[in-house]
Amino acid sequence: MITALLILSILAAVFGLILGYSSIRFKVEGDPIVDQIDAILPQTQCGQCTYPGCRPYATAIANGEAPINQCPPGGEATILQLADLLGVEPLELNPENGEESGPTVALIDEENCIGCTLCIQACPVDAIFGAAKQMHTIISDECTGCDLCLPPCPVDCIDMVPVKSETTNWKWSMPVSNDSTPKAK
Amino acid sequence: MFQLSHFKGGLVLDGHKKISTSSAIKPAILPARLTVPLQQHIGHTPELLVQLGDQVLKGQCIAKATDGISASIHAPSSGRVSAIDEQAVAHPSGLKALCVTIETDGKEQWCEPSALKQNYRDSSNQQLLNIISDAGIVGLGGATFPTAIKLQSCEPATINTLIINGAECEPYISCDDMLMRERAKDIVLGIQILQQVLAAKQTVIVVEDNKPQAIQSLQQALQKQAIDNIDVITIPTRYPTGGEKQLIKVVTGKEVPANGLPADIGILCQNVATAYSVYRAVYLDQPLISRIVTVTGDAINEPANFEVLIGTPMNELIAQAGGYTANIGGLVMGGPMMGFSLPNDTLPVTKACNCLLTRVTEDTRQIPAQACIRCGECAEVCPANLLPQQLYWYSSSKNFDRAQDLHLFDCIECGCCSAVCPSHIPLVQYYRFAKTEIWAQEKERKKSDNARQRHEFREARIAREKAERDEKLRLKKELLAKKKIEEEGQQAAVDPKKAVIEAALARVKAKKDNTTEKPKNTDNLTPQQQQKIAEADQRRQQKDNKDEAT
Amino acid sequence: MQFNSATSSPHMMRDDGISQLMLQLLFALTPGAIAMFYFFGWGVVFNLIVAISTALIAEAAVLRLRQREIKNTLLDLSAVVTACLLALALPPLAPWWLTLVATLFAILLGKHLYGGLGFNPFNPAMVGYVVVMISFPREMTFWLLPSTINPAALGFIDSFNLTFFSQLPAAMSWDSISSATLLDGIKNHLSQGHLLSSIDTNQQLGNLFGKLAGNGWEWINLCYLAGGLWLFKNRIIDWRIPLGLISSLSLLSLLFYLIDSEQYLSPSTHLLSGGIMLAAFFIATDPVSASTTPRGRIIFGAGIGVFIYIIRQWGGYPDGIAFAVLLMNMAAPLIDYYTVPAAFGKRDQS
Repeated sequence: MITALLILSILAAVFGLILGYSSIRFKVEGDPIVDQIDAILPQTQCGQCTYPGCRPYATAIANGEAPINQCPPGGEATILQLADLLGVEPLELNPENGEESGPTVALIDEENCIGCTLCIQACPVDAIFGAAKQMHTIISDECTGCDLCLPPCPVDCIDMVPVKSETTNWKWSMPVSNDSTPKAK
Repeated sequence: MFQLSHFKGGLVLDGHKKISTSSAIKPAILPARLTVPLQQHIGHTPELLVQLGDQVLKGQCIAKATDGISASIHAPSSGRVSAIDEQAVAHPSGLKALCVTIETDGKEQWCEPSALKQNYRDSSNQQLLNIISDAGIVGLGGATFPTAIKLQSCEPATINTLIINGAECEPYISCDDMLMRERAKDIVLGIQILQQVLAAKQTVIVVEDNKPQAIQSLQQALQKQAIDNIDVITIPTRYPTGGEKQLIKVVTGKEVPANGLPADIGILCQNVATAYSVYRAVYLDQPLISRIVTVTGDAINEPANFEVLIGTPMNELIAQAGGYTANIGGLVMGGPMMGFSLPNDTLPVTKACNCLLTRVTEDTRQIPAQACIRCGECAEVCPANLLPQQLYWYSSSKNFDRAQDLHLFDCIECGCCSAVCPSHIPLVQYYRFAKTEIWAQEKERKKSDNARQRHEFREARIAREKAERDEKLRLKKELLAKKKIEEEGQQAAVDPKKAVIEAALARVKAKKDNTTEKPKNTDNLTPQQQQKIAEADQRRQQKDNKDEAT
Repeated sequence: MQFNSATSSPHMMRDDGISQLMLQLLFALTPGAIAMFYFFGWGVVFNLIVAISTALIAEAAVLRLRQREIKNTLLDLSAVVTACLLALALPPLAPWWLTLVATLFAILLGKHLYGGLGFNPFNPAMVGYVVVMISFPREMTFWLLPSTINPAALGFIDSFNLTFFSQLPAAMSWDSISSATLLDGIKNHLSQGHLLSSIDTNQQLGNLFGKLAGNGWEWINLCYLAGGLWLFKNRIIDWRIPLGLISSLSLLSLLFYLIDSEQYLSPSTHLLSGGIMLAAFFIATDPVSASTTPRGRIIFGAGIGVFIYIIRQWGGYPDGIAFAVLLMNMAAPLIDYYTVPAAFGKRDQS
């Protein structure tokens, strides 16, 4: 009896040591999970996920505090990638966070801009250029389409316009006649 | 002489070339309106030089090549710029792009010839390259890569073999064939210029064996001018032997390294029509404003080759070829294997437009795709030695990483795999979908990385500003506290009576502040400002009264 | 003028489709099937009828359940091909329900459970065959002597009664009708410690031997070979799989035959016995479940040949085609993974 207990305890201790040693010795180098999640998120910094930016949301996902379906700008593609990374089932986009729409950029109606700088303070990526009492303009290449500049504008002179489809950024679509889809009822 | 090799895969296709080669190249009529897209080549859009309402002359540069990869655009005929706007262009997307519309005046008045009027043999390479560049010449074989840049990109004297591509392997197309038959002498002159620019050690013109007349006429032209450093090579007809890498493999037996250029193995390819354009630019001082277009197919009445001004609406060309037959079902720009179908026939002819292929209704009917049975026919015919069915598998399931592992980007979209697929799967479209999707994702990733950086920078900036403010505040507080302690010390030491009086004064002041709160910043005002304030007060009073009244 | 421009190039597609491929496959099967009928009688025909009708009904039912297009999918004839291969592999005296069960498993478990044509990792016919081979070992021995040497060949009525009602003809017992196949007999013979040269002393076994291999079987296999060569000529099947299979089997058998001709059968007997030619040209070449890369196909075929030889020589079953095919089906994705051909221009790079 005692011998058995002793042997088992010793074995447990030995294996514990081996495991402990190997976890240090063979530590998997790589991005911490938060960085990996953050890399998948679209970085619009829009806060539609209820977190103040993409990285906070990534941290929340990594800590298991938030589900993976709260990012409307990323949409289905982002959810699939997150599910793949984290080894969980993909979810439908949570409608409470918003709907997936095509990429947009903000456009300032320069006639009506009064130069109040409020939108500049709201922009999460410093994509608005201007100074007090000067007309502002948006650097459209840098704009992430987060909508955050819309609410602060006192004269409603900012519009979100869909990113223009041009021959240079046009994409071929997947052929429609796909055999693996069931026949419509 | 050359020991011919062969490339793996490919297809022997029915040529259908005879239907458009029975008559000589016909000049197309001058249309009333020419719509010239600015983007007719791979690379950047050139810079616009004209304005609305400008009078332009034939051959006048209307858009100048920018730095980097770009090509100039010239007015194909004289007339007035009647519009500069977005027009539908010949592109698989059917989208619009910036075009210059010229209302022709019918005078065909050429612009002033440029200064250089000497024998090209006395010109320096740079001068010749400038002429080619200024003439807006692009590769006319289909890729429309700016020719001057291609010629410049290789190190001087590293080109062993200059290959002039006259293979024209796609069925139906015969524009290069006709050009070689009728203008072999000019082509040879153009080739000699290219030879000089590249200092190529050997030069060959490669033609498929289904064009005996073209071969004969080239050989005659070489004989007549007693040129012995250019050879004409006949190669077996096999699609896609006209593809640059396939052609090099057939002629030299060498494989261009993947992700590499032919120049890496000392070879440069130019299309015969490109060589002809070079001749026109150097000898005649004419920029690339026209090209030979094959109007052919099974649904056109009088198929033929036309010399067409860039910007000519396609329907006018169709009309000149006798119009459609009754069973017209579709129009393709390019050949049946690699061309793209057009949404309508009012689009302008561009530098890339080598063929307008009309299709009968029966051929345009879509055969529904069945499941892939992995028969492997596609892999047998793939000239890039890929595994098309696995690429299809991964492209359709959007597993793009795996598709790239299987060399998706080495696919030349020749269409052989789709053509032999017994399940009629539009394989090429799957690859195009995957490629454009991967490019878009790549772009997206770059953009989001950029956004992340900017956001992090902003956060850091805000944090820094806050820290600076806090620090300043702290210092100020410390200073004040110090002062206070000093003052208190002094007061306590000097005059206890005065402190009592001051406390009383402060109480009075506080009482006063509570009763009438005065706006800040009203001290030290100029009389005008005070007056304005008075006026404003008055207005406020009136407004308040009014509000009360209503 | 407006046109429909939704499609991508190429604008040329081949006119025929999967149905035509399958039809040619069926056509190529006919010489072998006729030879089977000639040597083994009406049972072969009944097997075919039961298998084909079961396959079509089962496929239609599953397609309905899966809400897929029914008519065109049935017309692709893939289910008929599966049924024919299965029917020709089963013993001619198999009762109707054996064929039915095998076909049902082939179509339901082997094919549609994985998503239908194009998605099945295993050869459906062989899945059905293995299921009944393991479940009904006795019925799977219901072979009979080839008609050329069979004194008690069955007529239409007798075969019909036997297949559908398990009714033996009057005054006949199972033992007098059924007979072991050559491979079965030899396996028994060897396991009893006899030598191959003593086969002639065994009355029954000696009878089974023909000129090259099993009596009758040699002709059946030659007919399948002819059909297979015709398929190859018409570019319906890939030559690599049959070549791999036949060469690996002949090499292995030759090697062992040279080592000890008393214990190991000659290559010609191996190649022309059992369903080797059927397997080589019609079963192993099923592209869906086979390897897809050019090099991989040679390996795939060779692997099947090796497994067939191992199972025949040292395994518990007289013939091992079904197991060999399924084993290599399992290995196919791995083979594909390691045999990706070098893309154009990548040959010189590592």
